[in-house]
Amino acid sequence: MNWIIALLQTLLFITLSPLLAGWVKWCKCRLQNRKAPSLLQPYRDLLRLTHKQPVISHTASWLYIATPYIIFSAMVLAASVVPLIAVDLPTAASADVIVLVGFFAFARFFQVLGGMDIGTAFGGMGSSREMMVSSMAEPAMLMAIFTLTMTASSTNLSTAIGFVLNQGLVLRPSFIFALIAMILVAIAETGRIPVDNPATHLELTMIHEAMVLEYSGRHLALIEWASFTKLMIFGVLICNIFFPWGMAEEFTLSALGSALLWLMLKLSILAVLLAVSETLFAKMRLFRVPEYLSFAYLIGLLGLLSHIILEASR
Amino acid sequence: MELLEQDFYTQAILSLAALVGLTSFLMLGQGRLLRLIFVFAIQGLLLTLATALAGYSMNNTHLYISAAITLLLKVILIPWMLEKQVFKLNLHRDVEALNNKTAVMLGGASLVVFSYYVLHPVIQDTPLVLLNALAVGLSVVLLGMLLMISHRHAIAHVVGFMSIENGLFFAAIVSTRGMPMIVELGIAFDVLVAAILFGIFFLHISRSIDSLDVDQMNRLNEVDQ
Repeated sequence: MNWIIALLQTLLFITLSPLLAGWVKWCKCRLQNRKAPSLLQPYRDLLRLTHKQPVISHTASWLYIATPYIIFSAMVLAASVVPLIAVDLPTAASADVIVLVGFFAFARFFQVLGGMDIGTAFGGMGSSREMMVSSMAEPAMLMAIFTLTMTASSTNLSTAIGFVLNQGLVLRPSFIFALIAMILVAIAETGRIPVDNPATHLELTMIHEAMVLEYSGRHLALIEWASFTKLMIFGVLICNIFFPWGMAEEFTLSALGSALLWLMLKLSILAVLLAVSETLFAKMRLFRVPEYLSFAYLIGLLGLLSHIILEASR
Repeated sequence: MELLEQDFYTQAILSLAALVGLTSFLMLGQGRLLRLIFVFAIQGLLLTLATALAGYSMNNTHLYISAAITLLLKVILIPWMLEKQVFKLNLHRDVEALNNKTAVMLGGASLVVFSYYVLHPVIQDTPLVLLNALAVGLSVVLLGMLLMISHRHAIAHVVGFMSIENGLFFAAIVSTRGMPMIVELGIAFDVLVAAILFGIFFLHISRSIDSLDVDQMNRLNEVDQ
């Protein structure tokens, strides 16, 4: 029974992720006084791409073709680890949060290889930029997450979220820092403004788009879907770790249903905030990104320190 | 003693303590003078809130007066005076290039660890959880010194000096429930006088070396070389 719910939850995760991306795009368009595409546009795009014939360069190796499938399956596995609407699921119990970061690193490794495989200048450039960003984003993310795990004394996401859920409203100084660090890292990892711009194909600014420039057809669809899922994973992580109220603790239909509604409310608010920040801020120069990420790392470190200094139990 | 067992006010004061520490770090990495002064004002505001909350939770009326003095001096008057100086000396568009920003930041983080290490024996034996924030007070003092060392601009030095005073004030609130009123009034007056004197110094420095970059003072000599 639990496994079925876990499976359904992962399925829900994957199917809802284009909707979240569509909602972010919709908010952004409205904020910039443009006519917004329909919320279902990402689904239509994915469907359109799957019907198209993929064009593959003569110089491509098997790695290039395997990469989209590897990335997508890594993201599906990562999504299965994150508690979406219910805590205490068997999939969440089998892997902890360090494995989650590992899934991201795994997907990124293959994406970078896929970007370099064909040998175009853009792919190599995007890959090297992606590695630069990720080498600093990963420690910052781990720092933010360690703050949570030290509070809950468990690296398991479902246990940690259950802990935060059960103790009620407690003002924790360390969680303020962890939240800020997590938001900064999430922006860098999902390639949003000010680190990367998902809506542009301008060669000077691309990171993620440069790596996937050569992909087409169903391969591109899988990669796009994986990046929607990644955005959703980070959104769900922020919502469920720091504001877990409303999540289902027992597996009844009404509890799961209200949990889903709560989650959609929290995610849509978060998406509005993301759209507002993307409208307000301009993209940074690439060489200021390390500064931004080392600030995120510092905030995570301060969270860890303030946990030890201010919340120490004696 | 878990944080969970504490009342809401203690939790709120501890959270404010963490934010005061954060503002010190923000000042450390800020190259623009106007933003530096703004962050300093925010730190003063957080201090005011912490003082008022401490006064409310401990039922201590004279902490309200010190909160009011903090609000008046460190949030409104001193930032306003410094800002006026910046505009008068036409420095509001300058961006100071901070070298080794990351190293300074990590140095700041290690200062926090150091102050925790120093104060740990003191904190260990007391049941008062609020005393945990003492380490933050000390680290704000040390971070203010680091700010004065790492920045080259005279106005940044003054902001660092004032934030040292903020740290001392904060430490006094969390450890002794506020200093005696007469001491507090004296310090507040001293800080105000210091701010005015610094204003006069700025004018003299900028008139004699045509800049407020204190590194240029290394080249001052009695005799022409």
